[in-house]
Amino acid sequence: MAQLNMVQAINLALRQEMERDDRVVVLGEDVGVDGGVFRVTEGLQERFGAERVIDTPLSESAITGTAIGMAAYGLRPVAEIQFLGFLYGAMEQFFSHGARIRARSRGRFNVPMVVRTPYGAGIKAPELHEESTEAFFCHMPGIKVVIPSGPYTAKGLLTSALRDPDPVLFLEPTRLYRLIREEVPEDEYTLPLGQARTVRQGNDVTIVAWGSMLERVLKSIGDVSADVIDLLTLNPFDAEAILASVRKTGRAVIVHEALKTGGFGAEIAATIAEEGILHLRAPVLRVAAPDVTMPLAKLEDSYLPTAAHIKKAIDEVMRY
Amino acid sequence: MSEEVLATFDVKHLSVLDVEGNLDRTQIAPPDDALVRRMYECMVLSRVFDERALSLQREGRLGTYPSILGQEAAQVGSAIALEQPDWVFPAFRESGVHLTLGYPVDQLFQYWGGDERGMRIPDNMNIFPVCVAVGTHIPHAVGAALAAKYRKDPIVVVAYFGDGATSKGDFHEGLNMAGVLQLPVVFICQNNQWAISIPVKGQTAAATIAQKAIGYGFDGIQVDGNDVFAVHHAAQRAFEKARSGGGPTFIECLTYRLSDHTTADDAGRYRRADEVEAWRVKDPLLRLERYMAKEDLLTDEYRAEVRNRAVQTVDDAVRVMEEHPPPAVEDLFTHTLAQLTPRQARQLKEVTHGPA
Repeated sequence: MAQLNMVQAINLALRQEMERDDRVVVLGEDVGVDGGVFRVTEGLQERFGAERVIDTPLSESAITGTAIGMAAYGLRPVAEIQFLGFLYGAMEQFFSHGARIRARSRGRFNVPMVVRTPYGAGIKAPELHEESTEAFFCHMPGIKVVIPSGPYTAKGLLTSALRDPDPVLFLEPTRLYRLIREEVPEDEYTLPLGQARTVRQGNDVTIVAWGSMLERVLKSIGDVSADVIDLLTLNPFDAEAILASVRKTGRAVIVHEALKTGGFGAEIAATIAEEGILHLRAPVLRVAAPDVTMPLAKLEDSYLPTAAHIKKAIDEVMRY
Repeated sequence: MSEEVLATFDVKHLSVLDVEGNLDRTQIAPPDDALVRRMYECMVLSRVFDERALSLQREGRLGTYPSILGQEAAQVGSAIALEQPDWVFPAFRESGVHLTLGYPVDQLFQYWGGDERGMRIPDNMNIFPVCVAVGTHIPHAVGAALAAKYRKDPIVVVAYFGDGATSKGDFHEGLNMAGVLQLPVVFICQNNQWAISIPVKGQTAAATIAQKAIGYGFDGIQVDGNDVFAVHHAAQRAFEKARSGGGPTFIECLTYRLSDHTTADDAGRYRRADEVEAWRVKDPLLRLERYMAKEDLLTDEYRAEVRNRAVQTVDDAVRVMEEHPPPAVEDLFTHTLAQLTPRQARQLKEVTHGPA
């Protein structure tokens, strides 16, 4: 098996799926000749041609809206939006149409599209290049939200997303693009959407994380006996995996890099409160960014949850 | 230093049938009788449907409804030039397009009656659901055209929208993309002069909407939108061009919404009665009738028969619409995603049987 980084793993998933299914078409700004600003689509246009790997005008709303029309027509478009913060210009398309056309047409048309976009902080990029607003998208019925945590999960989840009959927002943690190398099977494989993965077993505390925070959690927890759950799909999320773990450990800490208020951690905490409160020995804690505008590079490290924040929360729940 | 002219352009206006029903035969050959009759029948059906929808709404049997009164020629004249595999992306004021294409009349009433099952488009028709968000369906049409080009399907994709939609970003992004990628899509703007209370001069400082196409690198034409033959001629030309790989076209149908914006609106608050009256004499249906009378295509019997048939179709559709059993509560959940999520499955049980 090859040791790949996440950029290479995503590229491989796209290439294999395009070989397997000629309905898969890639479109976006700079995805063709340039291979994408992070080189995720590198080599795809050479291999599949400009008809299948389409360099579009600078038009986030049209990229998203065009992908909706293509999907309704029977293709499987993969739209790249250069950064999650740039998807805001296409929210109307994504929310008012991508998410609703199946319902609005009573199932006559569906929208099997994937919107891929780098997201999250830790790369010292300009304004709107490091957003972590995944919770917005989880509130909208009709959209699936998937966040891999490394090369292996990225390849398996993207392959599933490309075969899914509904619109999928595939958020690629930018900080991880080249940070981790993992063994990634060359052969195609899928990881089911909606299923979390327990990456470490323990008895004392359940830690739920996703995206680039998983890497930080694993580095931070030391020898605490923790169940570490990599959520992978936020909508629909694997509540049962979390509840089963909390029933065992009686404690839960949720770690995300999005700000706290209305972050997806709130949904998880509420779910634990509704369905697992009698198993709890301690309050559920969230480790999250402060409720502030995502800063530029100089203050970025003060924004992101650190190992110290994660340790402190674990110590706190362990006091009970 | 020099200054030179790099581009100049003309904007054409096409009108072939005057208010008295005289056809300018120097511009087009007279359409054949069968086509004229079909146009007439579709326009009468559209008119009767519209009248009935308004009265049903007043009786509380239909929800808010947007009238198409005055826009029948723009809708019928263009839709009648479409073929079965073509794709149509309507806005929300296109009942005449739906009816011309043979959309089940009871379903159209059903949709405006608040039952989403009315938008389950029959499998043999490629019409997208009604789009209430203004102008945002334009990129969808562009996407379908891109997919058709990719698949090498020799079809045309049409997007219908109003003058208000041309102020939206998606209008620009969609037309720009269509021009850059040379897609088989035709944009049909029904410039009915008013976007609720804002007149067209409040939407654009340009002299015509048609000229916007120039900026995107393809043809734009303004046609007399109350002249069914002019609309049909321009649409047919644009559709042929698209089908044969010639790329997009923009058609501005200059017309007028004689009614209120919707049944929830009172146009008397913002527009003058004399303006409405000036347009009433340009009624597209009267104009076609005058032409047909001159051509001996309109006998009293035929006129009555067409009207009666339309009334019968609409009566039957209203009956069928009102006989539909109410939607089941499962319908709330069925089409959100292809499969219920575990949480939705539990919620469905709660909604159906009460809290567990």
